[in-house]
Amino acid sequence: MQQIFNFVIRNKTFLLFLLLFSIALALTIQSHSYHRSKFINSANFLTGGVYGTMNSVDQYFNLKTENNTLAEENKRLREQLLNLNVQTDSTFIDSTNTKGKYKVTIADVYKNSYALPNNILTIDKGKNDSIKEDFGVITSNGIIGIIDNTSNNYATVLSILNAKSRINAKLKTSNHIGSLTWDSKSPNFVQLEDVSQYAPVKIGDTIETGGQSSIFPKGIGIGSISSFESDISGDTYTIQVKLFNDMTNLGTIYILENLNRPEIINLENSSNE
Amino acid sequence: MNSVLGINAIRFIVLLLVQVVICNQINLFGYINPYIYIIFIFLFPIRDERLVLLLSSFILGMLVDLFSDSGGVHAAAAVSLAYARPVLLKSSFGMLYEHQSIKFSTTDIGSLITYLTLGTLIHHLILFSLEIFNISNILLVLKKTLFSSIFTIILSVLIIILFSRNKK
Repeated sequence: MQQIFNFVIRNKTFLLFLLLFSIALALTIQSHSYHRSKFINSANFLTGGVYGTMNSVDQYFNLKTENNTLAEENKRLREQLLNLNVQTDSTFIDSTNTKGKYKVTIADVYKNSYALPNNILTIDKGKNDSIKEDFGVITSNGIIGIIDNTSNNYATVLSILNAKSRINAKLKTSNHIGSLTWDSKSPNFVQLEDVSQYAPVKIGDTIETGGQSSIFPKGIGIGSISSFESDISGDTYTIQVKLFNDMTNLGTIYILENLNRPEIINLENSSNE
Repeated sequence: MNSVLGINAIRFIVLLLVQVVICNQINLFGYINPYIYIIFIFLFPIRDERLVLLLSSFILGMLVDLFSDSGGVHAAAAVSLAYARPVLLKSSFGMLYEHQSIKFSTTDIGSLITYLTLGTLIHHLILFSLEIFNISNILLVLKKTLFSSIFTIILSVLIIILFSRNKK
C-alpha cells in the first residue's frame, strides 16, 4: 500500500497530465459525432455574452452590405409577388387548414467560423424563442446549416461547412437527389455526392434542397455547379457546388421550423418498428 | 508572491479574450490563425508547482475550446505543452534552467526564440492533428502547423518583447 502511495506521489505530474489529456481527448472524440457535443459548446451564458458584445460593435461595419442584401431580397420577393398566378380563386379553402407549414424566426450570427474542418456558428436565439435542435437555418441567398445545440438564449448551428453535415439536395432541372458534404478545403465550395449517372448535369445549373429531410422545405437555393466528375465505379457523379452564400460574411439569418416535422418523425418511426 | 499570482491571473484573462475576440477571427489566407494564448504557458513562473501549471493550462485550453466549439483539441494541446515545458526549458536555456534563475525579460533573444519555436511547434502539431483527426490528411496537418506556427511565433516574440519590463 505504502508503495502505491509512493508511486502516485512520485509520478503525480505525469498522472495528472495523463488524466487531463484523456479528458481532452475524450471530449474531442465525442465532438466528432453529431449531437454529442453537449458539454463543450458555445451556446452558453459566458460565450454568448462575449460574442454578443463583439457582435454589437461588429454590426455597424456591415450595415451597408446588410442593407444591400435586404434590398435585393425585397426586390426578388416583390417580383415573385407580382408574377404570382393566383390559382386558388375558385377553390374553397377550409379555414382550419390555413396554418402555414413553416415558422420563420430571425436571428443574428454571433460567431461565424469557416476555417476549421468542423465549423459551428453561434446565434442569438435559443430555447426561450422556442428554437430546438434540427431546425433549418438559411439566409436570403441559400442554406447555412442545421441547429445543433440550444441553451436558453443561444444556439449553435452545424454549418454546411462541417465534415459531419450531410444535407439532402437535388438538381433544379430534374429530381435527381444527392447528399451535400464538405471536403474542408474551401469555404466557397461544397460537394454533392451520389448523384445518379443518368442525371442531366450541366455546369452552371442550380442545386437546391431536396425537401426529403423534413428540415428544409423543397427548393431553397444552395449553389451552382462549377465542375463534376464520375466516381471511380462510374455509377455516380460527384459535383463541385459553388455556394450562393458567402459563408465568410453572415449577418442576419432565418430559422425555419417545420410544423409538420413531429408528425413526419412519428410516422417514420412507427413504420420502422 | 501575491503580485505574481495577480499578474498571471490578468495575463490568463487578457490572453483568453484577445485569442477569442481577435486572433480567432483573423483567418489570414482563409485558414491561418495565430494561437497566442500559449504565451501564458510559456511565461508561467518556473519555480511554481508544475501541477498548478498543468491544471491552469487545461482550463485555459478548455475555455478556448468552449469559444470555438472544437471539443477538447486546445485543452489537449495546451496540457501537452505544459507537460513538455521543462524539457524545452532545459534544451533552450541549458545551465540557466538548472540554476532556476531564468528571467524571461533578461534572457538573450536567441534562446527565447528557440524556446518559443519548439513549444509552438509541439502545441500546433497536436492541435491540428486532433482537429483534423484524419491520417490521410497528414499533409494538411503539416501545412497548417507550419504556417500557423510562423504566425504565432512572430506574434508571441513581439508581444513578449513589448510587454516585458526592461530595467536597463
